[in-house]
Amino acid sequence: MSGLTVAARNAATRLRAPRTQKTLTGYLFIAPFILGFFLWFLVPALTALWLVFQDWNLIRSPVFIGLGNLRKLVDDSLFTKSLIVTTYFTVVSVPLQLILAFLLALLLNAQVRGIAFFRTVFYLPSIVPVVANAVMWAFIFNPEFGLLTPLLRALGLPRILWFQDPAWAMPAMILMSLWGLGGAMVIYLAGLQGIPDSLFEAADIDGATRWSKLLYITIPLMSPVIFFNLIIGLIGSFQIFTAGYLITSGGPQNATLFYVLYTYRTAIEYLDMGYAAVLSWILFFILLVLSLLIFRYVGRYVHYEDVDA
Amino acid sequence: MTAATRLKPRNLQSRSVMERFTLWAALLAVAAVMMVPFAWLVTSSLKSEIAIFSYPPQWIPRPPLWQNYVEAWQTKPFNLYLWNSLVILALNLVAVIVSSSLCAYGFARLSFPGRDLWFAITLATMMLPGVVLLVPSFVIFTRIGWGNTILPLTVPLFFGGGAFNIFLLRQFFRSLPRELADAARIDGAHEFSIYWRIIMPLAKPALATVAVFTFINSWNDFIGPLLYLSRDPTKYTVALGLALFRQAFLGRTRWDLIMAGSTAMILPVLAVFFVAQRFFIQGIAVSGIKG
Repeated sequence: MSGLTVAARNAATRLRAPRTQKTLTGYLFIAPFILGFFLWFLVPALTALWLVFQDWNLIRSPVFIGLGNLRKLVDDSLFTKSLIVTTYFTVVSVPLQLILAFLLALLLNAQVRGIAFFRTVFYLPSIVPVVANAVMWAFIFNPEFGLLTPLLRALGLPRILWFQDPAWAMPAMILMSLWGLGGAMVIYLAGLQGIPDSLFEAADIDGATRWSKLLYITIPLMSPVIFFNLIIGLIGSFQIFTAGYLITSGGPQNATLFYVLYTYRTAIEYLDMGYAAVLSWILFFILLVLSLLIFRYVGRYVHYEDVDA
Repeated sequence: MTAATRLKPRNLQSRSVMERFTLWAALLAVAAVMMVPFAWLVTSSLKSEIAIFSYPPQWIPRPPLWQNYVEAWQTKPFNLYLWNSLVILALNLVAVIVSSSLCAYGFARLSFPGRDLWFAITLATMMLPGVVLLVPSFVIFTRIGWGNTILPLTVPLFFGGGAFNIFLLRQFFRSLPRELADAARIDGAHEFSIYWRIIMPLAKPALATVAVFTFINSWNDFIGPLLYLSRDPTKYTVALGLALFRQAFLGRTRWDLIMAGSTAMILPVLAVFFVAQRFFIQGIAVSGIKG
């Protein structure tokens, strides 16, 4: 046996480390995630389940109250109000964001000089810190000296009190949220640039109009991305908190009492941990059911292109 | 990271002059809408209190009051807030880079029983809206004595560093050629040194993407500091300090100073964006495209 084959065999056995050792190495690498999953995910989830049945303000010792926290839901008008408020926000802002972000992505996909500049400008608002964003818009929507009051006056429209008017506070929140649609827009843009040119060229040869290319090529091929943005948008809009907390404190007349803001108050201000846990579970189930419904009823319209085909 | 991440303009048909003009007009109009709030914020931060209330609104403050920034900075101990933010930021960066890359390496480059199940769990946790666990986490952290400390904002990230980051790095690690590691294995290198000496140096662009997003999340975070640090003014972060800035002035709101504070808070984000623009785009593209 020559020295060379021995060396090769030695190398081969080293490459194939014993199974148990390979498994151990693998688990050592992913150990941080596994530990984190138990500590910061399963333990809180189980705690939340336990909290549902407790009356606890974190100061006294917890008292088991059975379904008492669930019963509170029945005549809690603020719970209902916060659900309505959040639904209102979601139903208007998510579709608007989806459509506007798509249109802007189409614009940004064009070949003109300076397009990189426009991409940057359209995207930047979405990374502005939420606190600075809230403070800035509170200022812009201020009826006394905000930016919109002179604009409305110039257009001959009456003054709007925005965040001080129960009817206008939510439209103001929605307008504000539209400013930050850059995230969804960039995801669309990446999707648009993944559509092969050959499809459009073939359509051009067939004499397709721009409109029909949009309708029969772009939108079907973009449907997975639209779907992705829809789900992300929904989950995000149900979690809105900071704008309501900082600008309006949920007012006026609870017109911007977002669901998470109400949950926050229940836990931190009213120190009702059991009931706050119930509210958290409800949010979880709402989002779960919504996602499943969307997968079931919207997902069927999503067109998946086989990448290798 | 596929072809989709490369931003290339598409030229389908040569466009007429009229069309180009319309396109430009539309782009400029949207750009104006996007920039006006910024511009208003910055000019207001340089105005006197009287100029802020003037009608019609002034776009160019005369003279610009740079003093507003100094005054805003001194009204509250923003140096301290900045320090607090930076401590949390540094810990978050270390935690995310080390922890998520270790996990991503395990998922991408090693094969062992149960790996795919754990990766599926990683993806599943990515779908869970974070606020759902806010209340029980608050209860736990308060009970174990972590209230009024930065521990709840820093320690958890050492455990995996966030599912999204693991996912992003895994995609990148998988794209690196296998041969590199095999050569090292023949030389008898340990798996850990392959990870640390071969894969990590090659993964710098992906790590930069992760770092950039960690920076933005950490710097922008409000609800975390609000829950755990708001009782002790010496522990405020910049975000928390700015949020509670409005309460600092009894009776009247000093919008000039608040706008200066807000502008100052946005500046680091803009700086990071312009320095690391391409990493941003890559990260967003990966998040939107299944790989």
